[in-house]
Amino acid sequence: MNAFLAIRNLSAILRGGSQRVLRSVDLAVEAGEVRGLVGESGAGKSMIGKAVLGILPSAVSIVEGEILLDGRNLLAMPQKERRRTIGTVAALIPQDPLTALNPSRRIGRQITDRLVDILGWTEANASARALELLDEVQIQNPQRVMASYPHELSGGMRQRVLIAAAFAANPKLIIADEPTTALDVTVQKQILKLIREMQARHGTAMLFVTHDLGVVSKVCQKLSVLYSGKVVEDRAVSEFFAEPRHAYSKALLAATPKYTDPFASLLPVDEAVIASVDAEVKAADREWRHV
Amino acid sequence: MTLLRSLLLRLATMAVTLFGAAVVVFFVIRVVPGNPIAMMLPPGASETDIARLSAHYGLDRSIPEQFLIWLTGVIHGDFGTSISLRQPVMPLVLGRLPATLELSIFALVIAVIIGGASALAGTLWRGTKTEAAIDVANGVGLSVPDFLWALVLILLFGVLMPIFHISGRISPSAELPFVTQFYVFESIVRLRFDLWWDLLKHMFMPALALAIPLAAIVSQLLKQSLKETMHLDYVVLARTKGYSENHVILSESLPNAVLPTLTLIGVQFTFLVGGTVIIERLFSYEGLGNMAIDAVINRDLPLIQGIVLVFALMFTLINLLVDMTYALLNPRLRHA
Ligand SMILES: Nc1ncnc2c1ncn2[C@@H]1O[C@H](COP(=O)(O)OP(=O)(O)OP(=O)(O)O)[C@@H](O)[C@H]1O
Ligand SMILES: [Mg+2]
Repeated sequence: MNAFLAIRNLSAILRGGSQRVLRSVDLAVEAGEVRGLVGESGAGKSMIGKAVLGILPSAVSIVEGEILLDGRNLLAMPQKERRRTIGTVAALIPQDPLTALNPSRRIGRQITDRLVDILGWTEANASARALELLDEVQIQNPQRVMASYPHELSGGMRQRVLIAAAFAANPKLIIADEPTTALDVTVQKQILKLIREMQARHGTAMLFVTHDLGVVSKVCQKLSVLYSGKVVEDRAVSEFFAEPRHAYSKALLAATPKYTDPFASLLPVDEAVIASVDAEVKAADREWRHV
Repeated sequence: MTLLRSLLLRLATMAVTLFGAAVVVFFVIRVVPGNPIAMMLPPGASETDIARLSAHYGLDRSIPEQFLIWLTGVIHGDFGTSISLRQPVMPLVLGRLPATLELSIFALVIAVIIGGASALAGTLWRGTKTEAAIDVANGVGLSVPDFLWALVLILLFGVLMPIFHISGRISPSAELPFVTQFYVFESIVRLRFDLWWDLLKHMFMPALALAIPLAAIVSQLLKQSLKETMHLDYVVLARTKGYSENHVILSESLPNAVLPTLTLIGVQFTFLVGGTVIIERLFSYEGLGNMAIDAVINRDLPLIQGIVLVFALMFTLINLLVDMTYALLNPRLRHA
C-alpha cells in the first residue's frame, strides 16, 4: 500500500488490434528500493517504463488498470497535469546516451531546464546543483562540460551527464531502461557501479529494466519477470536466485552465464517451457476476454 | 586560415558568376530582334538619324567590341546611359532597388510567419483534421504560381472587398519627406506611421502573392522535419521532464528542424525575388522588376544589363548570407 509506484492490472493493446502487449500487469516499487524488470526482447519491459512516464508510442493504448505514483492515479489525470506530476517526482535514465541529448542545446541547460522551468528553482541554484551532480558522477571540469554541446563528449561522459540530470531534481523514482547496453563493455561496469552508488546515496526508488540477471543480482532487491507482457514471477532477488518458482524463470536463470563457468551457459530456453508459458498466456487471455 | 580561404574562394566564385551573367545577357539581348534606337525615335525618322544615334550609343560597333567598352566602363564605375530614359544607368537602378528589396523582404517575412506557424500547428495537432487541412492548403499553395495568386488577390481584396490598394507603392497624394528610397524603413525611423501604414496597404497584396508559394514550401518542409524529430530520444526525454507538448516542439524539436528549412528558404528566396518582376508589373509597383519590363520593351540595352547585374548580385549575396547563417546556427559547424 505504501509503494511509491504501484501498477495495478495494467493492460495495453496495439491500436487497431485486440492482442495485448501488456497483460494485466501488477508491479510495485517501494520507496528507496530497486526493482529489476527482466524478460526477453519484445516482452514489454520498455512498454511498462514508458507507460509510467507517459511516453507510450501513439500506436499503443492502455485499456484498463491504474498507475499510482505516490498514491495518485496518473491515468485519471489530464495530460498536462500528468506530465507535470511525472516531471516533478520521476526521472528517466535512457538507454542510448548518443541520442538522448539534444544536439543543439548546451549540456548545462539540459540538466538545469527541469529545475528552473518545472520545479521553479532560480537559475543560480539550478546551476550550482548541476555542478554538484556533475561532480558526483565523476566528470572532470564540470564548468567546461556545462558549456559544451553533446557532440563534444564521449558516450560514457554523456551517460554520466544523463545520470546527473536524472538525479538533479531529487526524484522519488527513477526508471532506468537498459542504461548500459549502448556502451562499451569497459564503460558498462563503471556506469552500473555509478548508478548503484547514486541510488544508494540518494535513496531513490528505481525500476531497472534489463535482460541481464547478473546485473539484477548486483543492483536490485526485488525482481519482476515478464513474458509476453505478463508478469510470471514477482520476488525478492535473494529468494529468486535461491529458488525461482516459475518454470520460465528457472529456464531463464539456467540460460544466464555464470562467472564461475561461462561456457556451460548460453543454453536456449527449453521449448517445452516456452510451450507451457505460452499456454498460460493464452489461458489468461481467454479469461480476460470473459470479464 | 581555412575560414579566410573559404571566404576568398566564395568571393571568387561570386565574381565569376556575375561575370558569366553579364556576358550571357549582353550577347543575348543583342542577338534578339528589335532596335532600341528605332523604338526611341518618332516614326518616319530618317536612316541617317538612326545611324547617327546608333553611333552615339556605340551600337554601330561589333558585339565583342561593345562588350569590352561596357566592361571597361563598369570597372570604372560607369554602367552606361539608359537609352529610353537618357540618364546614367546606375542611379536609376539604385533608385528602384530599395522598393524591390522592401517588397521581397516583406514577402519573406510573411512567408516565414505563415509557413512556420502552420508547420507548428500541424505538428502540434498531428493526426487531426487541422493537420489534414494544412496539408491541403500547402498543396494548393504550391501548385498555384505567384502571378495567379496576384490575380486572385486583386479580385478578392482589390475588387470584391477593397481593403488594400492594388496599384502603386504609396498614395500619389502623400507628401513624402523621405531622403532615401527605403520608404518603409524611413517611415518607421521618422515615426511617420501614417505613411508606414499607407505603404503596407500597397505592399501587402503583392507581398502576399509572392509569399504564398514560399509559405507552402516552408510549411511542408518544416512540418516534415519537425515530425521526424518527434520520436527522437531527446524529445521523448523532454516530455518526461514535465514539459507541455507546445514547449517540447518549440524548444527541443524546432532548433534542430529549422536548419534544413533554412537552406531551402535561401534557394527559394532567390526565386521569390525573381518573381517580383511580374508581380511588380501586375500591381504597378515602382520597383526594379517593373523597370526591367519597361527596359525590355524599349530594348534599352544598357538598362537591362545594369538591372540584370544587380539582380545577379542580389542572388549571390542571398546565398552567401544563407550559408553564413547556417554555419552560425549549427553548433557542429561552429566548433569545427
Ligand atoms: N511503436 C510501436 N508500435 C507498435 N508496436 C510496438 C511499438 N514499440 C514496441 N512495440 C511492440 O510492443 C512489444 C513490447 O516492446 P518493448 O519495447 O516494451 O520490448 P522490450 O521488452 O523493451 O524489448 P527489448 O529488450 O528489445 O528492449 C513488442 O512486441 C513490440 O513489437
Ligand atoms: Mg526495451
